Amino acid sequence: MDAIVHQFPPYRKDEAHHSQDAHDDHGHEHHDPGFWAKYIFSTDHKTIGIQYGFTALCFMLFGFFLMLMMRWQIAHPGTPVPVIGPLLEKVLGQVAAKGVISPELYNSFGAMHGTIMVFLGIVPLAFAAFGNYVVPLMIGAVDMAFPRVNMASYQAYFLGGLVMFISFFIPGGAAQAGWTSYSPLATTIPTHGQLFWIIGMVLLISSSLLGAVNFIATIIQLRAPGMTWMRLPFFVWAQFVTAFLLLLAFPPLEAAAVMQLMDNVAHTSFFLPTGLAVGGQLANISGGGSPLLWQHLFWFLGHPEVYVLILPAMGIVCEILANNTRKPIWGYKSLVYSVLTIGFLSFIVWAHHMYLTGMGTKISTFFQATTMIISIPSVIILTCLFISLWGGSIRFNTPMLFALAFLPMFGIGGLTGLPLGFNVSDVHLHDTYYVIAHFHYVVAPGTIFGLFAGIYYWFPKMTGRKMNEFWGRVHFWCSLIFMNLVFMPMFAQGMAGMLRRMSDGGANYSAAVNARAGADVIGGLSDDIMSLHVWILWAAIALGIAQIPFIVNLFWSIKHGEKVGDNPWNSTTLEWQTPTPPPHGNFTHEITVYRGPYEYSVPGHATDFTPQNEPPIGSHAPQISTTVH
Amino acid sequence: MEIPYTVQPRPDTGIYNAKVGIWLFLASEVMLFGGLFSGYVLLRVGADQWPHGWLDVRFGTLNTIILALSAITTLLAWAACKVGHFGKFKFFHACTLLLALSFLSVKMYEYHDKWIHYEIKLADGTFADGHLVEKSADFDLAQKTGTVTLHGRIVKDETLLYDLRSQKNIELKEVTVNASDIVKMENYGPWHNTFLAIYFTLTGLHALHILGGSIVIGYLWGPGSKMWKKDPERFTNRIEVSGLFWHFVDLVWIFLFPVLYLT
Ligand code: HEM
Ligand SMILES: [Cu+2]
Repeated sequence: MDAIVHQFPPYRKDEAHHSQDAHDDHGHEHHDPGFWAKYIFSTDHKTIGIQYGFTALCFMLFGFFLMLMMRWQIAHPGTPVPVIGPLLEKVLGQVAAKGVISPELYNSFGAMHGTIMVFLGIVPLAFAAFGNYVVPLMIGAVDMAFPRVNMASYQAYFLGGLVMFISFFIPGGAAQAGWTSYSPLATTIPTHGQLFWIIGMVLLISSSLLGAVNFIATIIQLRAPGMTWMRLPFFVWAQFVTAFLLLLAFPPLEAAAVMQLMDNVAHTSFFLPTGLAVGGQLANISGGGSPLLWQHLFWFLGHPEVYVLILPAMGIVCEILANNTRKPIWGYKSLVYSVLTIGFLSFIVWAHHMYLTGMGTKISTFFQATTMIISIPSVIILTCLFISLWGGSIRFNTPMLFALAFLPMFGIGGLTGLPLGFNVSDVHLHDTYYVIAHFHYVVAPGTIFGLFAGIYYWFPKMTGRKMNEFWGRVHFWCSLIFMNLVFMPMFAQGMAGMLRRMSDGGANYSAAVNARAGADVIGGLSDDIMSLHVWILWAAIALGIAQIPFIVNLFWSIKHGEKVGDNPWNSTTLEWQTPTPPPHGNFTHEITVYRGPYEYSVPGHATDFTPQNEPPIGSHAPQISTTVH
Repeated sequence: MEIPYTVQPRPDTGIYNAKVGIWLFLASEVMLFGGLFSGYVLLRVGADQWPHGWLDVRFGTLNTIILALSAITTLLAWAACKVGHFGKFKFFHACTLLLALSFLSVKMYEYHDKWIHYEIKLADGTFADGHLVEKSADFDLAQKTGTVTLHGRIVKDETLLYDLRSQKNIELKEVTVNASDIVKMENYGPWHNTFLAIYFTLTGLHALHILGGSIVIGYLWGPGSKMWKKDPERFTNRIEVSGLFWHFVDLVWIFLFPVLYLT
């Protein structure tokens, strides 16, 4: 290798300093960039992280409002939405006539709530925002490996979000076939919303591909000297695995999206079977397609995607637990190997979402087995985190409260997944509110609490100020209570047989069955079960109100929060060993790493934390080995 | 501020950043085409009848050779950079670009050939099938006026149109049918059946990759080659990375050719 490198043309030698100091594209970055270059077209990973975070939070709020309107509709079917009803009618027209949400609109809201929350809210916030801001700092890098790709990734995301948003206002409205967009339904609903959905998804998928490539390359290439793999904070590991999931699981969905696009615009029949009837008429298609193909491709992404949703949150929680128990994480290696195992296994469990499609009992049995196996590493992670609490002198600050609440909430979500994973019990539970409760427990009080914890925890690094502690606690306790009041009743509803995705919450169905009751008819829903809808509605509204302290706190604290130093939580990891906020290029001196990420309360050390870059007494700096392999 | 290892490999991983990036990107591309290939398998397994011999193996072979040659010129272009022969680099990548252009032209011709190929279901239950020669001036399917002429044949059974490989010496001649006899008339577009659907999708996506690769290589060959003067090492890396992408696109074709043309 050396030999070849030195055969460059002679004039290279004279100009050798070029590649030494600065490449030309980087050389001019010293003058003060203007507003656009600094905030809109920035290539700095910290700015991009904040852009991602802000956009994702806006989308999450929007998705939340969609859900509130749907909740109104199923609690009080056919009555106008209070306050915003007239506005809905004005903006959306006939589908919201008299301020009442029609079934079509309900379907749109449902599909877009899921899409927005997953693809425009949680993933960009958990993976892209936290990953961008924190990962390069944690590994001691100056920036991401490909800063301009990073910017392109955000722009593709923003554009994808815009396309999704605009689709609400086109004639026919946004996509209506659920966030899973099952064909043939998705192709036969007469709205161009589905087209917008597909194009939006292609943009979002491209965005996360660019992001995933960038993260993995950064973690492999830009670790500071001494930052070996087993010294990486667990959060970095979690993001590393997440990036691989995005990299490898999303493309098959992109393939599926291309095929659905073809079904839509080129009238192919990839997912349309022979003999398909639409509106009582035989559809004019060539047929021969396979609806199951869509489901396989979708869930091949879909299941890894749920780990994309959860792993970054686990990483955040792990950092905060270590920091606030003031002791090392119990079982760091088990955590790392578990997260890698989850990464591999999550590619072979997808068809547990399809037990009832008639794909065959042998296939079901296989996926039931893999599903049970994948819960083992999840349980190991949770157990390690629980045991880490043992014997710690715990500091109960706001980030820690959210991180602590994550554990039981994720536990409930994960454990209720097991009855869904057994195909016998799933026959009863599939497509009911039980499934809704299951995955919301993992994603809402699970992941979202993890993300809140992260925001409270890293806010001082971004701004130099802490968020208000009192209002943080108000936010926490109210969120915890109302979150559970929203989702706990859904388990009961689901087990009683209430199906999801019904725009009247099952009122018609239930009334029809109950009318024939008395004889041998079962399956109707009792008034108690139905009336839970109203409780859930008010709990959801209260949950929304509980976010106001957070939103105000977030903006207010930027200017008025308590001023703190560079390392307010006395943390060991590298992101705290920089100025606040970190400058362009992140570190003011060369960073060298000497120790693992969680050296808290080391006996004999002057403080109860030993930063990763603190040299051991009488040592010399380790270096990245200089021999070329 | 400078990102480390953009030019020189990192000693302990032995690789520079962009190369890590491109390998990761290619891994995701494998999954993208993998998704489509598994779609192909599922559709074919579930199909009542699957066409054989619909694509002209001669054109497929020609395109395979073209891409194989372009793989060689890409490699030589990179090697030329490595040993500092900028002129040779220019020459070899000019060849690559010309080959890419020829590939796309052949592909366009094949697409066109399918576009003007019609299957017409006639009122008497037979099928006229062949390439469009002309439609009479007053041809109108809805009004049932005029005639259409194909260069092809009339068959009694649609399945005969599916398996062309087992029928030897198919005789083709001009057939003219009246619009009033036509029940359904459709060209061999992606809507015609799932074989053509997956054929157009797979090869179309592949052609887009060829196009994208050509644009990148064309940029590096043209305006982008200024970097050679300032930073030849970095430029050589770019040629290597874009070359890796090009080899991947070639590789996809090596799978597409047998799957679509030969089986
Ligand atoms: C750890 C053990 C877990 C098991 C055994 C499990 C099992 C299942 C099963 C079998 C289903 C399909 C239910 C049905 O449709 O009938 C399901 C649905 C779902 N799960 Fe889980 N799950 C687990 C963890 C998670 C996690 C960690 C997340 C997300 C962070 C998650 C998110 C979801 C989502 C979003 C759905 C519903 C998708 C839909 O139909 O719209 N699950 N789960
Ligand atoms: Cu799953």
